[in-house]
Amino acid sequence: MSQETARAEKSIITPFNVIAGIIIIAGLIVTFLRFTKGLGAVTNLDDNNPWGLWIGFDLLCGVALAAGGYVTSAACYIFGLKRYHSAVRPAILTAFLGYTLVVLALHYDVGRPWRLPYPIFLSQGTTSLLFEVGLCVFLYLSVLFVEYSPAALEWLGMKKIRNLIVRLTLVLTIFGVILSTLHQSSLGALFMIAPSKLHPLWYSNYLPVYFFISSLFSGLSMVIFEGSLAHRYFHDKMDEMHLKESKDVALGFGKAASFIMMGYVGIKFIGISIDNNWHYLTTSWGVWYLFELIGFVALPAFIYAIAVREKNLRLVRWAALISVFGVVLNRLNISLVAFNWQLPSAERYFPSWSEIVISLFVVTVGIVVYRFIVTRMPIFHEHPDYQHDH
Amino acid sequence: MGISRRQFLGFLGAAAGTTAVLGGNTEAASDKVFKGYPGSFGVLHDITRCIGCRKCEEACNRVNELPLPGIPFDDLSVLNTKRRTRPDAYTVVNRFTQNGDKQPIFLKNQCNHCLEPACASACFVKALRKVKTGAVIYDASLCVGCRYCMVACPFNIPAYEYNNPLTPRVMKCTMCHPRIEKGLLPGCVESCPKEALTFGTREKLLKTANQRIEKYPDRYIDHVYGEHEMGGTSWIYLSGRTFNDIGMRDDLGIQPAAVYTSGPLSAVPIVVGLWPVLLTGLYAISKRKEKISEEERIEAVSRSIADANENMKVKLAALKDSMAKEKEAAINLEVRRALEEVAKKSALEQPESVKDGSIDMSGEGK
Repeated sequence: MSQETARAEKSIITPFNVIAGIIIIAGLIVTFLRFTKGLGAVTNLDDNNPWGLWIGFDLLCGVALAAGGYVTSAACYIFGLKRYHSAVRPAILTAFLGYTLVVLALHYDVGRPWRLPYPIFLSQGTTSLLFEVGLCVFLYLSVLFVEYSPAALEWLGMKKIRNLIVRLTLVLTIFGVILSTLHQSSLGALFMIAPSKLHPLWYSNYLPVYFFISSLFSGLSMVIFEGSLAHRYFHDKMDEMHLKESKDVALGFGKAASFIMMGYVGIKFIGISIDNNWHYLTTSWGVWYLFELIGFVALPAFIYAIAVREKNLRLVRWAALISVFGVVLNRLNISLVAFNWQLPSAERYFPSWSEIVISLFVVTVGIVVYRFIVTRMPIFHEHPDYQHDH
Repeated sequence: MGISRRQFLGFLGAAAGTTAVLGGNTEAASDKVFKGYPGSFGVLHDITRCIGCRKCEEACNRVNELPLPGIPFDDLSVLNTKRRTRPDAYTVVNRFTQNGDKQPIFLKNQCNHCLEPACASACFVKALRKVKTGAVIYDASLCVGCRYCMVACPFNIPAYEYNNPLTPRVMKCTMCHPRIEKGLLPGCVESCPKEALTFGTREKLLKTANQRIEKYPDRYIDHVYGEHEMGGTSWIYLSGRTFNDIGMRDDLGIQPAAVYTSGPLSAVPIVVGLWPVLLTGLYAISKRKEKISEEERIEAVSRSIADANENMKVKLAALKDSMAKEKEAAINLEVRRALEEVAKKSALEQPESVKDGSIDMSGEGK
């Protein structure tokens, strides 16, 4: 692992850089087309399917997968689980980058991106859940920026302002949890306005609750999943404390995720009971629904439980990967697959190549920036000047 | 940082707006139903009268100054395929032929101008709104282009200028709001040669529709579409056939779209109010636990130190005691030895005289 990094420092032409470079060039080409020819030229969106991959994946999955930030900081600073302290900075960094990329991706999707501040500053449509989402994402992105900034300020050697911000930690954490609760759930509530378009198995009055609860285990699983990748590629950047705590973090988060996921499966069935949608389970939509719920929530929850009991780190990481897929599948099902389910198949949406390229482009930009930051700033290790300063 | 009168009124307005939003739930629980602005206009579309001539499409195109389509309006071959509203066509006529029908059915499609529109409720910049004339109108100068209105619309009406890269608009029928304000009829109504479209106040149109059903029960089914659908629409329809057969969904329910989102919206201020209490409380609990366990630790340490001291003292005392005893015993022993020595010596020197004394002295020892 450290050899790979050493090689990377020697030559720019590594497999990662080549692939990332190709994706970024392709992304820039599509970006040019998007802003010169319009959405019609690069997407498969149409008047019946106004939301596609850029909302379904970039926005809905992006926000859900960036939930690790508020989950980890709440665990450490509010619940007092201080042994997870070394996991906070990587999680905050991922959340900050995640939300930044969500906003970046929105610039492609909305018609007039420079008007994105309008709902906040010019004309507030307070009856809209999208207003609620927009306001919370805007505020939370600001909170994440401040929460992340101590790492950058330590790197830049700006001691005074860094110490001031560190003192705000608790307030910022509470603010972050409130904002996350609101917009994570509101992303689900967005679809409640269209009961005639979303399949009844996915449509529920509990959609906001489902989105919030799934964001919890999504965040926990992402922290574990990212942790395993970080160990592979940035092992040399980690200090003793981080290495010592990381197994604890994975097992503890795995345990919590398992617990929450079991509860989530339970409330999903409560939702089906309340709307009496059992008969849909025998249709092909029902099979797809159970595939998502059993195969990608109940199963990983079970794997988590076994892995934690046996203290099997490898298995915890596998469970995390499946859980992350499960959350992605759920968001895509609600926004794309089960949305407009009644339309004839000729009028259904499937993403174009250009849409996929932009989604890959956004993720790649995220990884590149992440790598830039963790190889320079104190993320996986404590800055020597501020050791044991918490 | 003074607040001008205008700003203050603005804040009041915002507060009232919030109350109105939250009040939605309470109203939903009462028997109050919003039946549209009093005296607002609508259009009655009698589907049984429509002959599919597309004159309404032509008029719509003209009065709204939309681009002319490639196929002229008098070419009826376009009716062979099902169409929907598009950014360059606010209204379209579709033909439905069912087995056994003598004549096809024609249906004109356009924005239904809901009494409580899903699109307006979904718009996060208030670019869409319901006005007193009954029209749902759009303000392109505010629109961000998020297309949530299109997601929200149960009738799939708003269309979008996907091929406009920088200034795309949402396009839909305005009920000819500018013409109504000038006292003119909507373009489509004016152009209809068969009076399949009737313009008037919604209240009056509902009466007309019900009268027609009563008068010609064989011609119509007993359902005025739009009277209750999605909370009611300003455009209402009469048909000789189940609406579902001609592509109009009859499973939409009678609640306005805003009712579906009022629950989650009303949860927002409660979360804002409660979460700080809950989270600070959790923090305080974990902090207190930490503090108490720290205190207990200190106490335990000092107690064990005290215990250790006590033990040490007892042990020391016992040790001292036993040492003292040993010392005493040793002294006694020495004393006795010395005395015995002395006794022996004196016995050797003066066996008679010391004998009595020695008996007295060593009497206890024997």
